[in-house]
Amino acid sequence: MGKRVLITGLGTFWGGRVAQALERDPSVEVIIGLDTIEPRVELERTEFVRADQNYSILARIVRATQVDTILHTFLVVDSTRMTGRSMHEINVIGTMNLLAAAGAPDSSVRQLVVKSSTLVYGSSDKDPTWFREETPRASAPRTRVERSLLEVEDYLRDFAEDNPHVVVSLLRFSNVLGTDIVTALSKALQLPVTPTIFGFDPAMQFVEEDDVVRSIEFVMSNQVAGIYNVAGDGRLPWSEVAAICGKRTWPLPPYGTGLAASALDLARVLELPPELLDLLRYGRGADNRRLKRAGFDYRYTSAGAVENFAEAMRLRKTVGDSPSYKYERDVEAFFRHSPAVVRD
Amino acid sequence: MAARKPTVEAKKAGTLVHLPRQAPEQPELRDPRLSDVDEWGRSESTRQMARTLYGPIYRNWFRVEWEGLENIPKDGGALLVANHAAAIPSDAPVIMHGIEEELGRPVYGLADYLFKTMPVVGTMWARAGGVPAHPENAYRLLREQQQLVLVFPEGSKGPAKTFAERYQLRRFGRGGFVEIAMRAGVPVIPIAVVGAEESMPIMFKVPSAAKALGIPYFPVTANMLLLGPLLGLVGYFPSKFKLRVLPPVHFDVEPDQDRYSRSKVMDEAEDIRVALQETLYDMLKARKSIWFG
Repeated sequence: MGKRVLITGLGTFWGGRVAQALERDPSVEVIIGLDTIEPRVELERTEFVRADQNYSILARIVRATQVDTILHTFLVVDSTRMTGRSMHEINVIGTMNLLAAAGAPDSSVRQLVVKSSTLVYGSSDKDPTWFREETPRASAPRTRVERSLLEVEDYLRDFAEDNPHVVVSLLRFSNVLGTDIVTALSKALQLPVTPTIFGFDPAMQFVEEDDVVRSIEFVMSNQVAGIYNVAGDGRLPWSEVAAICGKRTWPLPPYGTGLAASALDLARVLELPPELLDLLRYGRGADNRRLKRAGFDYRYTSAGAVENFAEAMRLRKTVGDSPSYKYERDVEAFFRHSPAVVRD
Repeated sequence: MAARKPTVEAKKAGTLVHLPRQAPEQPELRDPRLSDVDEWGRSESTRQMARTLYGPIYRNWFRVEWEGLENIPKDGGALLVANHAAAIPSDAPVIMHGIEEELGRPVYGLADYLFKTMPVVGTMWARAGGVPAHPENAYRLLREQQQLVLVFPEGSKGPAKTFAERYQLRRFGRGGFVEIAMRAGVPVIPIAVVGAEESMPIMFKVPSAAKALGIPYFPVTANMLLLGPLLGLVGYFPSKFKLRVLPPVHFDVEPDQDRYSRSKVMDEAEDIRVALQETLYDMLKARKSIWFG
């Protein structure tokens, strides 16, 4: 019998990408995707279930579908996407409900993979150059997104302790760049000039979007338990990142940076949330060797991820965006469930 | 995905504890770097430029003389510790420049985080080989990369001394440098520096200004009184520099322990402090002139 997998946040970039990857895996028998919005990528056999933001329906779904694996990709790490309140709903309350459902006495869940972020380490002057998974953060969490992710990790730790029969993997991803993903940082690099903070040239680290999806698949199919940083090899100065992308930089003042950033936001040029301003000042490095030791091979280094992103950006400039996909409930239901469709 | 062989056999469910494994051989990844800035923020070309610019100051202004350079190993990690002096310390560049020129191997200088918060200065400092003094950084440099690392155990208490207190070593922190060397399994090599104290002596300090600016001390130096507040910040007096490298101190402990005996750490740190202090007195006894040695 194959795996029965439930993916949270199917309508998000990561949920969709992970579902597509799993559909190619014959050992995965059932894929169920949960989200408040419809999927935005074309899916063959994934079943989409609409849920409310904080997943109160989840316990019922788990019971009904008897899934054995949950991939929790729906943690918001980009605070420019929504208000602090809905981020809290999704990250903290959503995860609480998910863990409650997975940890119910009769639960069929045996594996849980959570996609977190290296944001949990923060970014400050007191940081070590490389954070290992057990290195404590050097500064108190200041931003909402960091606090919510730290809360989620606390819940997850309790869950892992209370449910020793469940393989729990916590992946902390560094800043992602890639062909398709849109983040505040990728938007900054697509402007004609890229913002920087005057007098600072922090060492940045990136992970390529394909490596993100591959690492989730990797810990799922190999049952790799534990906490892992997922980040490309090496760190490179922000000025070099801009240079690889062929961009000039425009300095924000080193004092009153937040004020200058809110001016940019008001002018609808670019939204630079506080955690990103910290990053542009101090950078962040996550030691990626633990996941390598577990057997994972990265395809891109940090600089490689930047180069790949720059190439995709140049291609898009010439040929435009790829056509977007529109989910049609009736059509999808027909192909999945109608007796008229011939299946082998 | 099915093609990928499971690499973790043991399924240790429910724990957030990782399973160590040997990584399989992997072909070299493409790494399209444009600059030579390394993971520590150091750039060898910037460092080379700094050495070219600093060379004349080193040779003709401070007229640096070394003794016992053979005590610094040609390869392998070692933690260099020295006394720290002058309002804006002149000893770190002298030590780094000297060892890099003489031995041809890089020296990473650990320093306060304060540097990192300063625009321009912080970036230049990192490019020139400065690394924030975090135990994880020191461990990685010493144990994993087997580099030479320079640290001033007195911290900012050293350069904050007034002229009247010159060459009186302050407390060596809590002996953290010894613990780091023990954990990294490298020797500590003490270096006594004579000359730095007189290159920018502090006449008095203004604690209220320091508090307002959020810096450890606000000095009024003899240089400022003579050269004015701005030129006084960069105009060092041409004191004669003499440095003596003491034999490496090895610790008889296993590396990579979680914890080391606090009393042993404190004892070793104190022994090193005493040895440095006595060496300084020795060198000062032999010194006939501040300017000519």
